Amino acid sequence: MGTFIVRRTLWTLLVLISISVLVFLLFFSIPGIDPAVAMAGRNPDPATIRAISHAFGLDRALPIQYLLMMKHLFVTRDLQSYTNQGIRVIPEIAAAAPVTLSLVAGAVVLWLVFSIGIGLVAAVFRGRAIDRILMILGLIGIATPSFLLGEAANIVTQSKLHDTPLFHWVPPLGYTPLSQDPVMWFKHLIIPWVVLASAQFIGLYSRILRSSLLDVMHEDYVRTARAKGLSERRVLIRHVLRTSMITFVSLFGLDLGSLVGGGVVLIEVVFALPGVGLLTFQAASGLDLPVIMATIMYGAFFIVLANLLVDIGYTWLDPRIRPA
Amino acid sequence: MTRVEPSEQVSLPTENAARPAAGGGPWILAGRRLSHNRSAMAAATLLAIIVAVTLLAPLYAHHVAHTDPFGSNLAGRTIVDGKHVDVLQQSGGLGLGVTPIGPTWDVHHYFLGADSEGRDVAARILYGGQASLLIAVGAALGSMLIASVLALVAGFFGGLVDTLLSRLMDILWAFPVFLLAILITTVSLTQGLRFGPISISTSGVVLPIVVIALIFVPFQYRPIRGQVLTVRERDFVKAAIVQGASARWLLWEEILPNVVNTLIVFLPLVMGINLLVESGLSFLGIGVQPPAASWGSIIGDSQNLLYTRPWVAMGPGIMIVLTVVGLNVLGDGVRDAFDPNVRRLVPAA
Repeated sequence: MGTFIVRRTLWTLLVLISISVLVFLLFFSIPGIDPAVAMAGRNPDPATIRAISHAFGLDRALPIQYLLMMKHLFVTRDLQSYTNQGIRVIPEIAAAAPVTLSLVAGAVVLWLVFSIGIGLVAAVFRGRAIDRILMILGLIGIATPSFLLGEAANIVTQSKLHDTPLFHWVPPLGYTPLSQDPVMWFKHLIIPWVVLASAQFIGLYSRILRSSLLDVMHEDYVRTARAKGLSERRVLIRHVLRTSMITFVSLFGLDLGSLVGGGVVLIEVVFALPGVGLLTFQAASGLDLPVIMATIMYGAFFIVLANLLVDIGYTWLDPRIRPA
Repeated sequence: MTRVEPSEQVSLPTENAARPAAGGGPWILAGRRLSHNRSAMAAATLLAIIVAVTLLAPLYAHHVAHTDPFGSNLAGRTIVDGKHVDVLQQSGGLGLGVTPIGPTWDVHHYFLGADSEGRDVAARILYGGQASLLIAVGAALGSMLIASVLALVAGFFGGLVDTLLSRLMDILWAFPVFLLAILITTVSLTQGLRFGPISISTSGVVLPIVVIALIFVPFQYRPIRGQVLTVRERDFVKAAIVQGASARWLLWEEILPNVVNTLIVFLPLVMGINLLVESGLSFLGIGVQPPAASWGSIIGDSQNLLYTRPWVAMGPGIMIVLTVVGLNVLGDGVRDAFDPNVRRLVPAA
């Protein structure tokens, strides 16, 4: 287990360095694109372009440009926006991060609880009406873009049914920090959580878990467990579910990235949550590239590190892949 | 009746003996299985209808609704219940701006209402569908092409080439795809992309096709490489090597035909994913650029009409969901047709 963690951590380091190089190359050496002009936003003036050239050493060798970019991003953290009057980018991201973490944490909890629950129910009642209904709902969930589901939720809870007792509690779109008012925090986030988890993720994962449970149920050791006289519930939870979770967890690590990377941007835009995703969206609309550089680098690093933790959890579940 | 495929001149007798007695090549068998799969056929019909309807967009816009779905129409008038009305109506009487007319459910006059620029929403959904489907299909074929070339090279030559390519793909795949798409698009949005002599303009559907194709190369690379490695070890390839076949012959005549079904199985699923990614990018305003529109960009443009005219967002949204459901069901059917060994314990829901 120890060697595995060391090896996996070294691989993660390699991935992090490669991602930073890739981001660097995309920003500074796509042929035909002048990075200073691109970073200056729409209709730049020559002074801004000169300032950018100087800050990123654009007249110097590529490795030095790379080091300068990394210095601005991670060491001095003084990367500034040129379209938005020299606002410091990194403090903006630090201020927005708690919103995004709140959104992701709640959505991941719902994603796991509901996909395991639905997967189990569908597998236990396989072939029956409830199985079919759940799986058809899952199929529709997989096919629904998160921003569409979010807009539909807004139409219902903010407008059409807002004045009925059902959704009267829903506050206007926005955010309240957890430290300021936990109840308001929850009210602001519960619908975004449900939407982010239901669009694509719960549907996909309950279907994956169901088919994996059905495969495992016919394994010899499950028959042995039943033959020993274990209760059906114990067989299901301790023997079948634990093995089925292996596929689930390995995929979970991959999709955590797409949840944080894609879903969060779209959901924060739809629900006006002032997190890193909304920051990315505003920067993309204004072509404010330094902000994009920072949000994407920090976002990608966060995802890769989260993946490392998931992988370590994965080996805990499946001792076979631990090196002897 | 057993037939020897012309492309497998060197196949050993056991290969033929293993073939099912029902006859026909693997393609015919797969086609037959697919045509007996009722949900896959229903999905294929649904997709055919969606494609046909979007292809009829010019016919609808010019001959039924008589509108220009791309030019703004702020002072336009139309007929509702036999009365002439403004397309953009003053709302509330307090001078708080204008509200476009809602659905009239009359195919000749703003069937699904107008958007904030007075354009016919139904016509825009049809044209937007053309863009969305074109991007989904184009990007799927593009990433498949690039991934296949890389996977064939890696799987066939093995060794250092394989190690380097595969590690590179692993690293790229660790990068969150949607962020990568945002990154490439925003960097190239002002000045366009240039690959040597080929330059890609930022307007229209080409930039989203290229971006989405590029980001999903690692996703397609892995299974194709796996299949190349498996096929390479098969007896008929070894027999061809013994006969002194050239590398080109081995790649084109022996390995590629046996990898094609892996590609086909992936195609509908990848198209569905591409459609979702494109709609997300266009919703954020960094996918299809105006005046062109896609389902995602129509939803993105309708943000300030969400509560007054929900159909402007929900219309294209329903089209996205129907198309992706269709592609997923068809994809499951195609997979089962080509890989009948995956035994289903219960019929799929």
